[in-house]
Amino acid sequence: MSGRGLFGRLDWLTVFLYLLLVLIGWVNIYSTTLSDPNVSIFDFSTLYGKQLFFAGLALLGVILVLFIETNFFERFASIFYIICMVLLLGLFVFGKTIAGATSWYDLGFFNLQPSELAKVATALALAKFLSDIQTDLKLWKHQLYALIIILVPVLLILPQPDPGSALIYFSLFFVLFREGFPLFYLGILLFIIVLFATTLMFGTVWVAIGLVILTVLVYTFKKASLKIPLIPVIGTIILSVLFSLSVNFVYENVFEQRHRDRFALWLGLEKDESKLEEIRKTIGYNTYQSEKAIESGGFFGKGFLEGTRTKGDFVPEQHTDYIFSSVGEEWGFMGTVSVILLFTIFFLRLVQLAERQKNGFNRMYGYGVISILVFHYFINIGMVIGLLPTIGVPLPFFSYGGSGLIFFTMLLFIFLKLDSNRLKDGV
Amino acid sequence: MKKLLLSSVIIIIGFTFIGRLSYLQLFRFSPDQTLEDPAIKAIYDYPERGYIYDRNGELLVGNQAAYDVMVIPREVKPLDTLEFCGLLGIDKPTFLQKMKRARTYSPRLPSVLVPQLSKEDYARLQEKMRHFKGFYIQKRSLRYYATNSAANVLGYISEVGEWDLKNNPYYRAGELKGRTGIEQQYEEVLRGRKGVKFIQKDRFNRDIGPYKDGKLDTLPEQGKEIHITLDKALQEYGERLMQGKRGGIVALDPKSGEILAMISGPTYDPALLVGRERSKNYNKLHYDTISKPTWDRSILAEPSPGSPFKTLNALVGLQEGVIDPTTKFRCYNGFYVGNVKRGCHCGGGVRDMNSGIYQSCNAYFAGTFRKIYGKYATTDEGMDVWEKHMRSFGLGGYLGTDLPTGRPGRIPNKAYYDRAYGDNRWASSFIISNSIGQGEVAATPLQLANMTAAIANHGYFYTPHVIKNIGNTGGIDPKYTEPHYTTIDRKHFEPVIQGMANVYKYGTAKWIQIPGVEIAGKTGTVENFVRVNGERMQLTDHSIFVAFAPIENPQIALAVYIENGYYGARYAGHIASLLIEKYIKGEITRKDLEKRMLEKTLEHEYAKPYSGEPFKINEYVW
Repeated sequence: MSGRGLFGRLDWLTVFLYLLLVLIGWVNIYSTTLSDPNVSIFDFSTLYGKQLFFAGLALLGVILVLFIETNFFERFASIFYIICMVLLLGLFVFGKTIAGATSWYDLGFFNLQPSELAKVATALALAKFLSDIQTDLKLWKHQLYALIIILVPVLLILPQPDPGSALIYFSLFFVLFREGFPLFYLGILLFIIVLFATTLMFGTVWVAIGLVILTVLVYTFKKASLKIPLIPVIGTIILSVLFSLSVNFVYENVFEQRHRDRFALWLGLEKDESKLEEIRKTIGYNTYQSEKAIESGGFFGKGFLEGTRTKGDFVPEQHTDYIFSSVGEEWGFMGTVSVILLFTIFFLRLVQLAERQKNGFNRMYGYGVISILVFHYFINIGMVIGLLPTIGVPLPFFSYGGSGLIFFTMLLFIFLKLDSNRLKDGV
Repeated sequence: MKKLLLSSVIIIIGFTFIGRLSYLQLFRFSPDQTLEDPAIKAIYDYPERGYIYDRNGELLVGNQAAYDVMVIPREVKPLDTLEFCGLLGIDKPTFLQKMKRARTYSPRLPSVLVPQLSKEDYARLQEKMRHFKGFYIQKRSLRYYATNSAANVLGYISEVGEWDLKNNPYYRAGELKGRTGIEQQYEEVLRGRKGVKFIQKDRFNRDIGPYKDGKLDTLPEQGKEIHITLDKALQEYGERLMQGKRGGIVALDPKSGEILAMISGPTYDPALLVGRERSKNYNKLHYDTISKPTWDRSILAEPSPGSPFKTLNALVGLQEGVIDPTTKFRCYNGFYVGNVKRGCHCGGGVRDMNSGIYQSCNAYFAGTFRKIYGKYATTDEGMDVWEKHMRSFGLGGYLGTDLPTGRPGRIPNKAYYDRAYGDNRWASSFIISNSIGQGEVAATPLQLANMTAAIANHGYFYTPHVIKNIGNTGGIDPKYTEPHYTTIDRKHFEPVIQGMANVYKYGTAKWIQIPGVEIAGKTGTVENFVRVNGERMQLTDHSIFVAFAPIENPQIALAVYIENGYYGARYAGHIASLLIEKYIKGEITRKDLEKRMLEKTLEHEYAKPYSGEPFKINEYVW
């Protein structure tokens, strides 16, 4: 052991970026929830005061994590995972309903959201399973085990209903891909998504025509030496067209109108201006207001505490899911791009850290952490700037909320703790 | 590959986000969004429009309060309709119809239910108003006219239109703006500057305090009062004299270029364009295409100047040295252009400058005109010199008067005749009519008055203007206080003025002298041809008269133009004489002359071409 103490081997760059993100996030929470500038920022009856308190709790969590023996996480990963699954099950009996979702335990001073905790546990459990010397992702059976680890929490969270949180677990597929899960599956998934969207936008006929043209082009321009058997290709086209046909059926009969409206808005399917106006007032209201707020910031923004739409409370849930819109309005293009760059650097640094691990468990957990964070970031900002349909997930370190901040922090710092010990137990 | 997957995804996401943000914040952003921002509401505070006074400090235009009954349909509670209608002075069907219209416009926004109540109605209604929920009374400021004259000079105000909104960012829909006349010319001075207060709104449209702590708010700036150069008494008197006649009169103070009176007949009472009957009256005036009351003849009519123009030709002749006051021409009851005889009414005989002017001899000025052109080798050169002299009197171009309309008149030049006859295919004989103010020359009454002022001043004039001072500090555009010198030397004016004085003593205007006032003047009788229903016909001559007085110390110079008034001394001469007496003496001593002018009208002349029957022109009896 080197003599630099517990904190000496922490990756301070990551810690610094983390603190910066939390600080910027808090400044924007302050701006969105401020009603009377004369109240102290430490007044815990205000939301920004509470967030400061949560940040304090998160710091306690960090210290706790740093003092725990490194092996603890790997050793107890399975138990931790099982406890979390039980907690998720328990919600069906003891859960507290907030905004239509039964996702919380009421602890009196604090509402605990076990799905947040379960993200940490699932990431740990998956890392543990994959790092097992006997696990081989080329085997169907092991692929299935890995999928089960991911899908159990998803199945428990979906009926709460909390589709946003459930969706996040799929990010753990990145860990699988990193560890040898065939990329072929990713290709299929992307292909299905593209088929789905293009069918809604252009209809089955055009999708079929497009596929045929694509195939012809590929055969025309491929190298002569490259042999692509024709039968499977034709089979794929037929399957795709069948899928495309079923899309319309599913869209019209399985989806509810509110889902259809979201897709309509997202893919620009609705051309009728009056109906569009109607959607903007109802299901698309949040997105519309948030886009408008960001747009009105321009290049330089309106300035701290000067966002008129932020002040006028035009963007609903602005301090939680839509926090990024206040960055856009008050800090402008400079602010939004800075935040995007900050996140990007932060994530890339984490990837670098994960790749330098000699221990498989550490690396896989690290990948789990990054995947979860990136997925949140992608879905949240994508929604706020109108690229993705409305899915309620928080922006890590930014959005208001105790559970979120504390568990994102724990998630991150468990990895940093593992990283700080990488030399000691490298095998 | 698998090691790079996550990093690539992170970077692609970053680029996608920045791309989308560029679209939103750089491409779609527009800097004037503040006004469209639903979170900010601007509330305007309008200052009172400035008053307009005449040269002696007499009020011409002020403001009056009017009261509109407003309704917000959504807030209306069941009410006693009959009682309410009684108070408003309208019947129930009208009331219901107006309510329906207001609801159609917007149930949430206020509409005008009954516009511009009188003070009495307002007083009656005000006490009861609280019983009627959803209705309220809004005070508005309207123009109040302390005179029934000078409508075209003063102009009027009306709501801004699409064009103003598009071209002037100051105005918002529903605001008022000066149209025509002084109201338009001095719009920015009179209106002041409205104040604005920005209010921060929340998404329920509730006020949540000032926007940016009121840093962008401004206080209204009061409209300034202005004094104009018109003499209210003279203006009103002139308009009375013009009743039943068409034409234009401009009277100037030659020492300053100030416009003392600017009269166009027929005219209208400016108060017609204020209040409940405004649009009805406006249409009536605007669509009267025969007598055209809104067409200001004093600055827009461009008749040939007629004989007063002879004085200028005399001056040019003297300046060019081709004649002197004793040079004589013989009049054969006319003069010959080639073999064609052109007539003259002077009585014939040998004429020098003095009698040439006071008897208005055509032959004398035709001779002078030929001599001017004869001095130069080519007609082109002669034309250039002649044109330069004429333009120096403010003819043939805009004078730069501070009124939003005007006409340039016409002094023809060689390019004009080249266009008409072809290059080098015309000579001075083609244009000899210009020597007697007929032909191609044309001038507005304002230009004629200005020309007269230049003669009165022996060779210079000030640009005619209506502004006297702005606010309490004064200060008018310096271009109105600089003299403009004509190209004629001072010494040449004396003999011409002598001739003009003799017009009153022995000449064409000897019947309309003013006892005790030395006047110099010149009559003009202008032939005129018009097209009525596509048929060219000659109508009774226009009567023109220019004059200034007193000769030694000129206080007033004027030009009177009366359409179809026959010879110069008849209508124009009479009216000029009365106006000069009114201005200099303050009262009229020749009551019979005044009575005749007040009573006579020319309506019968104006009706002639439209009667469809054959008619005589230039009837001697009147």
